[in-house]
Amino acid sequence: MYDSSPRRPPKRLAGAMSGRAVLASKLAADGRTSRVETLRSDGPLVLRPCHPKGPEPLTQRRHDIARVALAAGTAGPLGGDRYALDVHVGAGSTLVLSEVSAMLVLPGAEGGHSHMSITVCVENGATFVWWPEPIIAAANCDHRHDVRIALAPNARMVLREEILLGRHGESPGDFTGRLRVTRDGAALYDQQLSFGPSADGWDGAAVVDQGRAVGSIIAVDPDWTDMPPQATPFHKTAALTPLAGPGVAIGAVAPDSLALRRLLTQGLNELGPPWAI
Amino acid sequence: MTDEHKTEETRALRLGIAGPVGTGKSSVIAALCRHLRDEFAIGVITNDIYTDEDARFLKSEGVLPEERIRAVETGACPHTAIRDDVTMNLMAVEDMERDFAPLDIVLVESGGDNLTATFSPALVDAQIFVLDVAGGGDVARKGGPGIGRADLLVINKIDLGEHVDVDVVQMVTDAENARDGAPVLPLSRKRPETVEKLCDWVRQMHKTYAAGGHIPIDPGPMAPHHHPHADSHEHGHPHSHSHD
Amino acid sequence: MQVHEIGKQAALLLLADGRLPAGGYAHSGGLEPAITAGRVTDVAGLERFLIGRTETAGSLAASFAAAACAGSQGGDLSGLPMLEAELDARIPSPELRKVSRDLGRQLRRAMNSIHPHSHFAALGRAPHQPVVMGVAAAVLGLGPREAALAILHENTAGAAAAAAKLMRIDPFEVHAILARMTARLDRLAVKAAEFVNRPFADLPAPGSPLTDIAAEHHRRSDVRLFAS
Repeated sequence: MYDSSPRRPPKRLAGAMSGRAVLASKLAADGRTSRVETLRSDGPLVLRPCHPKGPEPLTQRRHDIARVALAAGTAGPLGGDRYALDVHVGAGSTLVLSEVSAMLVLPGAEGGHSHMSITVCVENGATFVWWPEPIIAAANCDHRHDVRIALAPNARMVLREEILLGRHGESPGDFTGRLRVTRDGAALYDQQLSFGPSADGWDGAAVVDQGRAVGSIIAVDPDWTDMPPQATPFHKTAALTPLAGPGVAIGAVAPDSLALRRLLTQGLNELGPPWAI
Repeated sequence: MTDEHKTEETRALRLGIAGPVGTGKSSVIAALCRHLRDEFAIGVITNDIYTDEDARFLKSEGVLPEERIRAVETGACPHTAIRDDVTMNLMAVEDMERDFAPLDIVLVESGGDNLTATFSPALVDAQIFVLDVAGGGDVARKGGPGIGRADLLVINKIDLGEHVDVDVVQMVTDAENARDGAPVLPLSRKRPETVEKLCDWVRQMHKTYAAGGHIPIDPGPMAPHHHPHADSHEHGHPHSHSHD
Repeated sequence: MQVHEIGKQAALLLLADGRLPAGGYAHSGGLEPAITAGRVTDVAGLERFLIGRTETAGSLAASFAAAACAGSQGGDLSGLPMLEAELDARIPSPELRKVSRDLGRQLRRAMNSIHPHSHFAALGRAPHQPVVMGVAAAVLGLGPREAALAILHENTAGAAAAAAKLMRIDPFEVHAILARMTARLDRLAVKAAEFVNRPFADLPAPGSPLTDIAAEHHRRSDVRLFAS
């Protein structure tokens, strides 16, 4: 279960890693260009400035914005690891955060629970584009993935999350992922997905059924306050749905990562420019 | 503030239209709307078994502005929706009365079901039960709560009598006998004078209702089973058809 | 057994009974869309569906019913708008948000006729069903755990009842599934009630992606037996 209260420190396992990386962007003095203000890698979480990697929504490969990629300095997280990443998108700035490769969540040599916590704060007038690669929950992993995003009333955001239930042909370990987005302090989107041997019913028709890849795109734009995009179930296992506030969730379930990526991109393109890629 | 607290001046005459599938409930409603819409402010609630077919029919007929025709989906339990769990319909009626206040008449069409389904007095002030000659001349004689005690029994499609070997006059007589003199109206949309009689009945009902002189009558519970060999298994009480 | 030892169980049965006239019979709890999509075809698939539904949408509703009940018990309804907003954020599909609010209005309409109380009038125009269930439980003298159990039962049994109309299935097998699930419902109700003293933001947020997607397809389907 989700818990906003401070966590008890977990039992340390031999060889377990922990790290807290920090990333911040700010608007430069010229009032147009965004710069990376803080770039603090830690242990396995390596942050580095980068160039546009491929098509991206909203920012369209612009060069006057801050662009950072997260790279894994080691395999994992593995059981026992605790990673944290704090992101701050300063007022008026634009930050694109991408990822070098998929994140493979594995069991540790001694088992144990791994945890990754990501907090994001997007200030007024700022734009955050988070375009990571999939998270793969390998067999026997035991991982919890928590993402909390706080948006200012005038912030824009688009993010993609893709979760693969096991590597090819294997059953996933225990995984719980929660993504909570607030806007001006009020909840806008909050969804948790749990699967693996300790969870029940996730392989039923109400949750993901036979799908082994599940994902979503969340887009928030204050311009949608009066006129949100219309709900569009664009595929048997994918739909674009307007949230109760100025945002949309594009949800999709697919047999594998390629099919999932296709569905999510299709959903994003339903939004038209400047979101389409 | 709750939204269902009605003031008396915004409450319309709630008139239910029940009867078996295919007897022409939707056509009766279409005719009423077409002929009375200039005299009364009317809204319609349809109850469907599958989706919102009846609402679509009425909208396509263009008898009322589309927003005054609303569908309630009854999850394959059309008689539950008008009898033992009227909440959905009641709220649809109240919403309609609130959204288009003041309305004079809200017509509630039941999902076509069987002979035993009648409206609860918690939902409607008066009800019309619709039969048709094509359903067989003996239906009226068999009786039942709707046939026997609805405020008005309509025998529809009388122009078809000769084609389906039904003696319309006999059927009307049977119905009158089953109803102890309560009104029976032979109807055909091809005979304008019968449609006008139907409209007159509604006008009169509205007048009585508006003057506070009409008291809703419950036609009664669903009909008990008929047991041909009652002596072999006598029941201490009649048992009802439960919904399917 | 002494009466005082069993608490207010008759009130709980009243609240959880599918025959409570609040319009629940018109909904299949996502089962019809799942059948239409070909994802539920047999008894085993139905059982997986019901377990998944109970663990996700059922648990979600249960924790919100428990929270609403706790607030209502103390006579403080001021937190309910925020509770409603938290629940909105946990239901991506606008269709399912509407269904939850339609069912909530109906339950409020029914309960306010059955057992009038000022708390019902204090709810917003279209309150979510779990919130109304929580308030109704408190008004009947029940606690958060009972509120959670009532809506878990309603969620599960409502979908199961639809199965007999939608599938070629032996109704005894449907109830056998429900019988196997009783311990699960008890457990989830206890778990749901554990959040009552926590900030609303901490309430669970279990998602059910295919249910949201299928609900949007269902609304646009020309032929359907159930409203959702």
